[in-house]
Amino acid sequence: MPDVLSAPLVVEFPFTRSLGPVQSAFLTGLRERVVLGVRTTDDRTLVPPVEYDPVTAEEIRDLVEVTPTGTVTTWAWNHAPRRGQPLTTPFAWVLVRLDGADTALLHALDAPGPDAVRTGMRVRVRWAEERTGAITDIACFEPYDGEAGEPGATGKSVPAGGHSGVFGDPITGIVAPARLDYTYSPGRAQSAYIEALSARRTVGERCPSCRKVYVPPRGACPTCGVATAEQVEVGPRGTVTTFCIVNIKAKNLDIEVPYVYAHIALDGADLALHARIGGIPYDQVRMGLRVAPVWTEGARYPDHYRPTGEPDAAYETYKELL
Amino acid sequence: MTSEEAPGPRDIAVVAFAQTDHRRTTAESSEVEMLMPVLHEVLARTGLKTSDIGFTCSGSSDYLAGRAFSFTLALDGVGAWPPISESHVEMDGAWALYEAWTKLLTGDADTALVYAYGKCSPGSVRDVLTRQLDPYYLAPLWPDAIALAALQAQALMDAGHTDEPALAAVGARSRTAATANPHAQLKGDVPQGDYVVRPLRTGDCPPVGDGAAAVILAAGERARQLCPRPAWIRGVDHRIEAHALGVRDLTDSPSARLAAENAGAFERPVDTAELHAPFTAQEVILRRALRLDDSVCVNPSGGALAANPVMAAGLIRIGEAAARIHRGASDRALAHATSGPCLQQNLVAVLEGEPR
Repeated sequence: MPDVLSAPLVVEFPFTRSLGPVQSAFLTGLRERVVLGVRTTDDRTLVPPVEYDPVTAEEIRDLVEVTPTGTVTTWAWNHAPRRGQPLTTPFAWVLVRLDGADTALLHALDAPGPDAVRTGMRVRVRWAEERTGAITDIACFEPYDGEAGEPGATGKSVPAGGHSGVFGDPITGIVAPARLDYTYSPGRAQSAYIEALSARRTVGERCPSCRKVYVPPRGACPTCGVATAEQVEVGPRGTVTTFCIVNIKAKNLDIEVPYVYAHIALDGADLALHARIGGIPYDQVRMGLRVAPVWTEGARYPDHYRPTGEPDAAYETYKELL
Repeated sequence: MTSEEAPGPRDIAVVAFAQTDHRRTTAESSEVEMLMPVLHEVLARTGLKTSDIGFTCSGSSDYLAGRAFSFTLALDGVGAWPPISESHVEMDGAWALYEAWTKLLTGDADTALVYAYGKCSPGSVRDVLTRQLDPYYLAPLWPDAIALAALQAQALMDAGHTDEPALAAVGARSRTAATANPHAQLKGDVPQGDYVVRPLRTGDCPPVGDGAAAVILAAGERARQLCPRPAWIRGVDHRIEAHALGVRDLTDSPSARLAAENAGAFERPVDTAELHAPFTAQEVILRRALRLDDSVCVNPSGGALAANPVMAAGLIRIGEAAARIHRGASDRALAHATSGPCLQQNLVAVLEGEPR
């Protein structure tokens, strides 16, 4: 059995998300160094604010400004910051109840060490230098000696009644990039398939129950639900069972359109694989066309399939593989 | 008015349970290769074939291993031809069991296969789990799963409900119990270790690993035919708290308590509880919320602190509780599963064996 293969796999996705009116006001406020909460009908102030009351599910829209100072309600010391977290030096995760709020906000606290942090300590917002309308406009919190109601980090008191929550150029959406790193292992059956391909051999696996040969193999017969193990070399030639003509150029793919993408039943296989057809004008490809793989130097899989020149296969020979 | 009484709800039982040995890595297997032996084992315990199963439901998450649509590939291991009645939840398999139980209650099916799998080894599960958080206020800060659990543990300590030695004792008891569990990943004398995110140390956190589990449910007489002592499901309920941590009292779990009440857990004492508490402090919270005193045998399997294949660990709690009833070690057991940060969502099932 060949060694199990593995390769790095990075999954990155920028989620573009729209904001409701309360979220929009809150995040726009952060951009302007104003912290807004939302008041519930039973007169609690939620910071960070949400669109709906978490208890009653009522729509809530009554925005109120709170001070950028507050009290730690719980904390955890993070001696080894991870990618994407607010600070790159050791910090405390904190839940902070801002003065004037009834709920707590999660963020980082910049402190010299765990001995400098305790529940109940006073903190204030440290604003990011560049602010875009995101939770990261709060760079972090920092220790603060003052009492509630004193001038906050912005050097100003909350005006009577506070900010209205109406801003010029409010943000209406955020782009939240995400990246996750994996080590991808295809498992036993697919490792064997990929290993064989690197020697220009196409090796499937036969189901011990229904005797079908699966290419590429996935380790199990999807019909019988049993493990496949017996390896069977198939091809290299095969038959086009069905195809489509691609007219839209894919990003980062250096293939001229139109081209043909086909299902190909390799000789000896009971499942069609798919590949591009070349070496023939796109409008002359047909069901039953006999094809063979074309390899390029150093490639781990066929670049495409080309016609062999044999007579077309009879429909009866591949109709079960459509 | 008709004099005929409406038929009562059907009795449904867990009749078989199987799980893999849970391991730090299963790089030699794809997900279906890891799962398939467990499916075969659970079917063999009942003598059923795939074609005998009325409904199939699974729980898993593609984010764990970074494999899109992995649950459809996992179906290869079931043998889904001719087409079967099938469903999937992007949650722990305990919720797949909940769906299957509901399906059987409707009378649409008499048997169900429920399975779950998780491969944590290809990625960094504590970071992967940040992607389940509120995308506006939480996810951009990448607060990892251990950090959030640590905030909860500190709140519990501040409230005077526990301290570091008590938490260490929870971990030690779990890993000692796990020595009797051949499937457990982390067992025996495990050092409490250094802080990961203070106040949680290595020993307060679950091992990272891969694994799968499967359960078969059956209704009424069918259950009696398939299992000498079925584990009858007396109730299942699922309750949710607010997602935002700063809105909740992190030292309590009102949703777990309410789920237990609705599942009938408080009607009579239980002798066994399998709690899905990946972090030591969460067991302390759940014991209080679920009113479990020292007379109850908690996590005889070792729990999630001994093996935590994410997405399967909750289903395993139900399976372990049922297996104890099957072998006569329990007469009435509570099984619990959780999802989301800091016990946000909780599911409680109550299982009973018939008098011996």
